[in-house]
Amino acid sequence: MKVVVDLNQCDLHGLCVEAAPEVFEIGDDGALHVLNETPEQGLRAKVDKAVRECPTGAISIEE
Amino acid sequence: MLRRIAIVGASLAGLRAAETLRARGFDGELTIIGDEPHRPYDRPPLSKQVLQGTLAPEQALFHRKDGYDALALDMRLGVRATSVDLRVRRVTLADGTWADYDRLIIATGARARTLPGIAPRAGLFVLRGLDDAIALRRELMNAPRVAIVGAGFIGLEVAASCRARGLHVTVIEALPVPLSPILAPTLCGMVAAMHRDHGVDLRTGVTVTDVLGEARVAGVALSDGSRISADVVVVGIGVTPNTEWLEPTGLTLDNGIVCDGAGQAAPGVYAAGDVARVANRWHGDSPRIEHWTNAVEQGVHAAENALAGPGASTSFSSVPYFWSDQYDRRIQFIGLARRHDEMVIVDGSLADRRLTALFRRGDRVVACLAVNQPRALIKYRKLVAACASWEAALSGTAAS
Repeated sequence: MKVVVDLNQCDLHGLCVEAAPEVFEIGDDGALHVLNETPEQGLRAKVDKAVRECPTGAISIEE
Repeated sequence: MLRRIAIVGASLAGLRAAETLRARGFDGELTIIGDEPHRPYDRPPLSKQVLQGTLAPEQALFHRKDGYDALALDMRLGVRATSVDLRVRRVTLADGTWADYDRLIIATGARARTLPGIAPRAGLFVLRGLDDAIALRRELMNAPRVAIVGAGFIGLEVAASCRARGLHVTVIEALPVPLSPILAPTLCGMVAAMHRDHGVDLRTGVTVTDVLGEARVAGVALSDGSRISADVVVVGIGVTPNTEWLEPTGLTLDNGIVCDGAGQAAPGVYAAGDVARVANRWHGDSPRIEHWTNAVEQGVHAAENALAGPGASTSFSSVPYFWSDQYDRRIQFIGLARRHDEMVIVDGSLADRRLTALFRRGDRVVACLAVNQPRALIKYRKLVAACASWEAALSGTAAS
């Protein structure tokens, strides 16, 4: 799985950071960073949660 | 063996429930019923980008990368569910058709309250659905003066959007400050000052006694004897859950559908979103919550438990979260500030309107509010979720 974030859509709600801190981070620069673009399958449930809870629909998964 | 699942309500909770059912492998008949003609859409932009004119109304429709075909839904839009027979497990619709189910998920949401005793007329609006937003946006093009009744989140977001359009805005609130049922008084005062600085005429401690104008609104009369001229009046005084159609069923209805921790209202019947009162372990109560994130969580939770069945259900536990965008400020809130004992600003200041505040109840941290500090919210979210000690919250030490 490959995690893709549309930074134009990202509105920094931070719900993805809560859902999957292994994958998402808001950095000191105040921007969202994808720490791991190809997380292992074990993180799938967490990333799915991040996708569906993103208020702006900025996160998608490419298989 | 589940063959048929019906979802009543084609908004966020209903859509997330449908997506979850398919993602978990349910391949039977999946019916989703919505009383509006639109495909599921997102409500938060309606009071903001759609009213401001920066987002076309159709862009508020949820964009599904795979489209709707992948969900293989029997989607029945523009028709209301009028009754349900829990014994034979059948939902009947206003057009005389029906949907039989093995599991039912109710996500019929809520509707905007109107001013009691005030007849509808041109220029008098509520803002709840996409059609409301489309009609209001059209009117605002020729409405230099807007009166907004109610300084809750909807009223204040509409006020900010109308100011962005350069309109003259008056907000009328019965309580002494905006948002007071939700936030601490000093924070409410900050919000009031922010709106006044942006040119809103904010009248607090007064109520609307009448809407002026016959065929079309001309303004409002207030309890202090004053009158405000307006071309458009927007009423934002809360919502009523859509449960009337369920009254004959015997489901427990009390300001929403009362559910257990599994989200179940009766055997095989689940509820989610604005209409539901799901027992919430974190909360210690069964609140009805009108937030976006709650609709997602409960839609997913209801779907998972509908598939798992009573023996394998999980109980709901969630910390309420909401946000509101007004002007260049984002207010984010997590937890429950009701009946808090103390509020402390731990970062930033009221003067800057950029701050993080923590709320204490007893010796625990129960809520966090952040204004333009999204990272702080992430940090304190964990502490609030854990109901960490106040001491730990103030030092921020248990945040890792």
